[in-house]
Amino acid sequence: MPGLGDLNHNFLTGNLENVVKWARRNSVWPATFGLACCAIEMMATGAAHFDISRFGMEVFRASPRQADLMIVAGRVSQKMAPVLRQVYDQMMEPKWVISMGVCASSGGMFNNYAIVQGVDQIVPVDVYAPGCPPGPETLLHAIVTLHEQIRTGELTKRRQSSGAGAGIQLPATAAVR
Amino acid sequence: MSVPAEPVDRRGTSEGGQEMSGRSATAAAELRREEGGVLRLPEGPSLDPGDVNIEVSGEETMIINMGPQHPSTHGVLRLMIELEGETVLRTKPVIGYLHTGMEKTGEELTYIQGCTNVTRMDYLAPLFNECVFSMAVEQLLEIELPPRATWIRMLLCELNRVSSHLVFMATNGMDVGAVSMMIYGFREREMILAFLEKCSGLRLNHNYIRPGGVAADLPDGWREDVAAICERIPTRLDEYDTLLTGQPIFQERTQGVGVLTPEQAIALSATGPVLRSTGVEWDLRRDMPYQFYDQLDFDVVVGTYGDTFDRYAVRLNEMRESIKLIRQIVDLMPSGDYRVQDKKVTPPPRQRINESMEALIHHFKLFTEGFRVPEGEVYVGIESPRGEVGCYLVSDGSAKPYRMHIRDASFANLQSLPTMMRGGLIADAVAVISSVDPVMGGVDR
Amino acid sequence: MSDATEVPVPDDAPGPEPELLHGAPMSTSRGQAVVHPDREAYLAVVKALRDEGFDLCADVCGADYLSHPGRPLPEGVVPERFEVVVNLVNRRERRRIRVRVQVPATDARVASLFDLYPGSEAMEREAFDMFGIEFTDHPDLTRILMPEDWEGHPLRKDYSVGRIPVQFKAAAATR
Repeated sequence: MPGLGDLNHNFLTGNLENVVKWARRNSVWPATFGLACCAIEMMATGAAHFDISRFGMEVFRASPRQADLMIVAGRVSQKMAPVLRQVYDQMMEPKWVISMGVCASSGGMFNNYAIVQGVDQIVPVDVYAPGCPPGPETLLHAIVTLHEQIRTGELTKRRQSSGAGAGIQLPATAAVR
Repeated sequence: MSVPAEPVDRRGTSEGGQEMSGRSATAAAELRREEGGVLRLPEGPSLDPGDVNIEVSGEETMIINMGPQHPSTHGVLRLMIELEGETVLRTKPVIGYLHTGMEKTGEELTYIQGCTNVTRMDYLAPLFNECVFSMAVEQLLEIELPPRATWIRMLLCELNRVSSHLVFMATNGMDVGAVSMMIYGFREREMILAFLEKCSGLRLNHNYIRPGGVAADLPDGWREDVAAICERIPTRLDEYDTLLTGQPIFQERTQGVGVLTPEQAIALSATGPVLRSTGVEWDLRRDMPYQFYDQLDFDVVVGTYGDTFDRYAVRLNEMRESIKLIRQIVDLMPSGDYRVQDKKVTPPPRQRINESMEALIHHFKLFTEGFRVPEGEVYVGIESPRGEVGCYLVSDGSAKPYRMHIRDASFANLQSLPTMMRGGLIADAVAVISSVDPVMGGVDR
Repeated sequence: MSDATEVPVPDDAPGPEPELLHGAPMSTSRGQAVVHPDREAYLAVVKALRDEGFDLCADVCGADYLSHPGRPLPEGVVPERFEVVVNLVNRRERRRIRVRVQVPATDARVASLFDLYPGSEAMEREAFDMFGIEFTDHPDLTRILMPEDWEGHPLRKDYSVGRIPVQFKAAAATR
């Protein structure tokens, strides 16, 4: 997003940025990307006991076009990796990724031919939540961390500047036509 | 054997050969096999090809793709559905999106570590996976467990059955439209998960049932916790009964939808609630009893029509039977060891390591090299919430399994999907899939 | 006696010659009955078992004995590299039986059980995917767990597990 990056903030634009960031972090809508056991814990986080709704996130959008956040919950297999990238590409900016569980963060206990060793090989990740599976409290902590990132991060900060993600260069065919 | 592959636009995905060719490209013999093959009965009425209405030249059919990322599929299941208007003709479930290479990993892990691997297959009923693997190892070792260990296993497995069926109620309700069932199902589950966390330390994928017994004794105050569960859940089940069973919309959406006949179910290797809903009384706990299930008194819940409603009703009543079983197990629980005292198999208690050199050496050897299992092969099957889960274990005398194969219930139950969905509407496909209750971790392993 | 199912074992103790069931040698393994037909007789033996009452096919899987060729087998059974293992259930008599057929590596083909048990379709596809064992007359023998264009058969013993070196400071992999 060009333009606003170098603007010196005065009273009006400073507050606008805060308002936009407040709106963004208080209604992050996750895309359903539950893969394995972590998906069950994600569902439990959405249920009444832990209640993700108090963060404004109980609306799990099925369509990636309407979602802000992709919680990669579970192990990503070789067959699922292109699908993951396609869904990520279909999401609109601004978008964030939480890698939930050790299988998504680093391959977990499955260091073998079938599992992608860390979903950050495919998509840039903002927050990693460890655990096997991470309990709902851990997931909520990850979400709150993400909210903090949204609150403190600048509106126009690009991922390249922060160095997040593995910095993989993807071939052109992986992008959505 | 193979149908001609059509040229396909590969947009960076390697899904080429998994396509379904159109109806016109499929030979009549293949179509007849599809309509007659799955229904082919061993000694039933023979199917006269002239009776079957096969349109080979129909061009009005459409093949759509559901999944692998879709809110209505339970996990990453991809369905290719051939539709004529809204009617489903053929279905091809495409799986493998969660393949983790667990059987290969199982050959690299020792027998003590094996449970951590196996428990993540069917992640809604992890204790059953651990139980079947441990039973297979114990049968190869030819050791005998102390009774308390077996009773603890039974108690936790029945609790796990209830929590798994609660997830079924939650997801089935949500898929059919009763969104509040999602909240209710997970609410009860939290009680059970809290108790399991007290026992094992984890809410999911417990790694609690290990070869030789269980990892630790039941915590203090377990009787009160289990009694609270047994008191709360039946009243809530009655609430769900009132909410769903008599509700006209639920009945319209589930009765007569996804019908499976008993012959079809047996031919397709379906087990568990899918088989019992068709009317076949086959429950491994009663018919091929393992552990101490022959000492307990419970009913096997059986349906009549084999439709989605029957599968819901079977699972609802199975939860009631499980609570009955849990009460009996609590009364019959003996005292004693919670794991076998054979030093070659189970690690010594931690305090003894400070006192005895032998204990330290045993501990060291068990956790680095593992215990050796005599050569042989064995198959053990138990009744998990989804059906028969089995472990085929081959040992070559070393400390790691030579071949570990888990027969998963959902893998076989998914094969009955095309038969159940045939002739129904596309909207019923969602209800049918959720009634089979597949867990893709077990399907793909 | 461990807490598992007990299968009734035939009364005659195994003598010098293995007992025959439908013409194929039989053995017992930890109290479970196992039949070892050869490849030609395999389909006939399974059909005979199904007619006897084993109407539920619990499991069809493969095994690769490349690094364990000296496994115990009854007399008259020639060990090969691959094995196809079928577990059947007789609901009326409440017992199980296991069928193990040897499949050579050079000609890894065996008959498909699809016409007898339609439920073996996905299981045979998995055996094909993981081991490369072909099942003749199978309606759709394609890969089921790995991507369609994957090369190699992962569960074979000469296929590496595919571990990547983990970036810890000093530790080498302990397993």
